[in-house]
Amino acid sequence: MANIKPRVRIPRKAKAGEVVEIKSLIEHKMETGQRKGKDGKKIPRKIINRFECKFEGDLVFASDWHPAISANPYLAFHMRAEKTGEFEFKWIEDGGAEYVKKAKMTVS
Amino acid sequence: MGNTSSKLILAGCLALTACFAGKAFAADKNWGQYQVEDRRSGYTFAAPETRAMQDDNFQNPGMLWAEIGEELWEKTEGEAGKACASCHNGPETMKGVAVSYPKYVAEKKNLENLEQRINRCRTENMKAKPWKYESKELLGMTVFVRNQSLGMPINVKVDGDYAPFFEKGKAFYEQRRGQLDLACKHCHEDFEGGQLRANILSQGQGNGFPVYRLKWSGVGSLHRRFRGCNKQVRSKPYGYGSDEYLALELYVMWRGRGLPVETPAVRN
Amino acid sequence: MTETQLTLSRRQALKGASAFALTLVAAGFLAPGAHADAAAVDAAIKKLVKGTPEEGKIKMDLPQIAENGNTVPVAFEVESPMSKDDYVKTVHLFAEGNPSPEVASFYFTPQSGMARASTRMRMAGTQNVVVVAEMSNGKVYMAKQQVKVTIGGCGG
Ligand code: HEC
Ligand code: HEC
Repeated sequence: MANIKPRVRIPRKAKAGEVVEIKSLIEHKMETGQRKGKDGKKIPRKIINRFECKFEGDLVFASDWHPAISANPYLAFHMRAEKTGEFEFKWIEDGGAEYVKKAKMTVS
Repeated sequence: MGNTSSKLILAGCLALTACFAGKAFAADKNWGQYQVEDRRSGYTFAAPETRAMQDDNFQNPGMLWAEIGEELWEKTEGEAGKACASCHNGPETMKGVAVSYPKYVAEKKNLENLEQRINRCRTENMKAKPWKYESKELLGMTVFVRNQSLGMPINVKVDGDYAPFFEKGKAFYEQRRGQLDLACKHCHEDFEGGQLRANILSQGQGNGFPVYRLKWSGVGSLHRRFRGCNKQVRSKPYGYGSDEYLALELYVMWRGRGLPVETPAVRN
Repeated sequence: MTETQLTLSRRQALKGASAFALTLVAAGFLAPGAHADAAAVDAAIKKLVKGTPEEGKIKMDLPQIAENGNTVPVAFEVESPMSKDDYVKTVHLFAEGNPSPEVASFYFTPQSGMARASTRMRMAGTQNVVVVAEMSNGKVYMAKQQVKVTIGGCGG
């Protein structure tokens, strides 16, 4: 699936020690592998099976997903702001394709 | 067959299906902008979690389609070498545009809805191919353009050149059809608030379209919804953008006059 | 109204009711006859987690009745200081009534600040949702909540 655009919402600024919420959304059918197409054949499974959040290169949060996660997956989680830096968010699809989004946060 | 008998049919349908009882909706609740006189948006019939999904601009998955539109707005396509932005500048120029669609177009001697107006700009002004009805592109752009009018009251014209179309739409709305022999009106006026299997019957308003439907796991147009509602009474659906549905769209929008544009609304 | 019309509508309605189950099958969510149950969830938990789960520490946030099994919002929070030596490591989410019990796993670190997440899940029907939390000290907690699922039958 080419041209998939993930969305992330993260505060641009935070105070040191503050726990901020990060929200993410990605357009994806999350094809379960159990559904039949119009031709009666099973549509092969294709889901996002993993989400990762790195801060300055360190993995700070991750999540593994099964076909029971809804289409157009939404995920919100938290992070403690310690220092200014860059987040990298990565969605990994069956077959290995990756969708990446980056965002900076300034901590004072 | 009279009105009472169709009520019986529907009541039979209701009684025969196992539903969750007691999910009552307080008619006297203050729904703010989502209710104008006795006209209530589908929002007021939706479950709290569904409303919450719509309320949070970020959680609302329909906004993924708005982003598709936003990107296409800047994209140069067609022989004229233009993008929407070349002529219309920023998307804020589209503020207030959606509320008066469908509009009468003298050259066509017909109504035109927003999807068709967008496509006319593609063919006439950009010399580009029209987008297919229900394609990601056309849905995306329609959502994006309508979203610029978020919260503004629906205000379609129904007099003058519009009058014959309005009458045609009204007649369609009241016409019994299909094996179940039911008109739109029976479900969305006479049985408003009633339960049809797992669905609470709303007034069938169009102000939130294109909507993100949980059932579709995606965004769909008002005409897709019309087709679904025709099919569920086992009657033949009309084509996307057909004259029948354009007239019906005008009537449905008039029924929801004053309700806010909610695009992309989230519905069950 | 004549009797035939009533019969027709009744038949239509019944047809609709079984169409309800069919919709689920078509959605790939109810492989006929095959779904997980409490035992399958227990087995899945044993595979993923060491130790016997205790009650407590977990707050779940789910609707009691979900309008549509395609998209049910689910959130949880596990009580923890989330400090370097006392934090929630992993949280697993299971569904007892789906074709397979696993829904998702969430991996936290002390930097998470708070062991809370929310997402949306598919549910094949009315069932229990189970949350299992593994702490950094090896303790395991579990919580369960039932969700009733109504899915459009007649709805086009
Ligand atoms: C070459 C210039 C040009 C381009 C490119 C163009 N348009 Fe237009 N558009 C117009 C003109 C001229 C009108 C008519 C203005 C009026 O009626 O006041 C119009 C009208 C519209 C309207 C109706 C406005 C209303 O008040 O009802 C919409 C909606 C619209 N355009 C959308 C688009 C979109 C979306 C694109 C890109 C896919 C696009 N246009 C590309 C020139 C353009
Ligand atoms: C058998 C009953 C039935 C009939 C007849 C019917 N509908 Fe519906 N309609 C539904 C149900 C059920 C829904 C989904 C729940 C709701 O919003 O009412 C729905 C939803 C809608 C919606 C979406 C409302 C929203 O807020 O998203 C529109 C618009 C609509 N119908 C229009 C029509 C039109 C126009 C007709 C006639 C062509 C029609 N319906 C005929 C049952 C019906």
